[in-house]
Amino acid sequence: MNLFFYIAAAIALISTIMAISGRNAIHSLLFLILSLLAVSVIFYLLNAPFIAALEVIIYAGAIMVLFIFVTMMLNIGIERSTEKKWLNPRMWIIPSILAAILLTDLILAIKHLPASPSVDQVILPKQVGISLFSTYLLAVEIAAILLMAGVIGAYHLGSQKKKVTHRFLIKN
Amino acid sequence: MLTVPVEIQILLAGILFLLGLIGLLVRRNMIFMLMSIEIMFNSAGLVFIIASTYWKQPDGQVMFIFILAVTAVEVAIGLALLLQVYHHFKTLDADSVNKLKDHN
Repeated sequence: MNLFFYIAAAIALISTIMAISGRNAIHSLLFLILSLLAVSVIFYLLNAPFIAALEVIIYAGAIMVLFIFVTMMLNIGIERSTEKKWLNPRMWIIPSILAAILLTDLILAIKHLPASPSVDQVILPKQVGISLFSTYLLAVEIAAILLMAGVIGAYHLGSQKKKVTHRFLIKN
Repeated sequence: MLTVPVEIQILLAGILFLLGLIGLLVRRNMIFMLMSIEIMFNSAGLVFIIASTYWKQPDGQVMFIFILAVTAVEVAIGLALLLQVYHHFKTLDADSVNKLKDHN
């Protein structure tokens, strides 16, 4: 089990370094997704399968897709003539190898798991839910208010406003 | 079961946080700066999960869910601001967006 942890940690570190040192934003985002997947494997190995699923669904799924959409909308660092360059293997061979190692790591880790994990080892989603809605109920409400503020703020900032000038300033 | 010493696990989270911090300080492209903030949030969450496993309490996982909510809001607002910056200045370079700076 320890070997799986070290492999996932190495992939997380390598892909994070590639993400923060890349030139092209899209390539860096794909490396960042790989890093998040590696951290999710670590969560799984740390007996937190619920959090591992949340990491894949929300972090790597929703948040990173938001990043990629904005990067594609801005269309920065990408020339249309470079599409041919993307098709050569040099661009995608390193991420593919890292992702394949991670997948093998996860499959082997699942296979090596004992048949029925003792319940006191794994923290089940039920315990998390009970704790979330009893001890931390106030924090849930505050998070809800924060999300509401985020939605309103993103809507307000994202709307393209018309330029308003005072009527005295309008030149005829 | 996993028998990696907890110091190594915390060290991994620390290195990830440091990488995010370096990225935030070095890169001037705003998309990369937001990505670095993401890396730092994620490593903070990793520390919570490590502690949750170490003490076998669900509280760390609850905190991770809150970090997830905060991150989602931060990304949404940050990307909306980034779109506005690009709309106004036609660039994402953080050094060129300095209209509030004193030029003296």
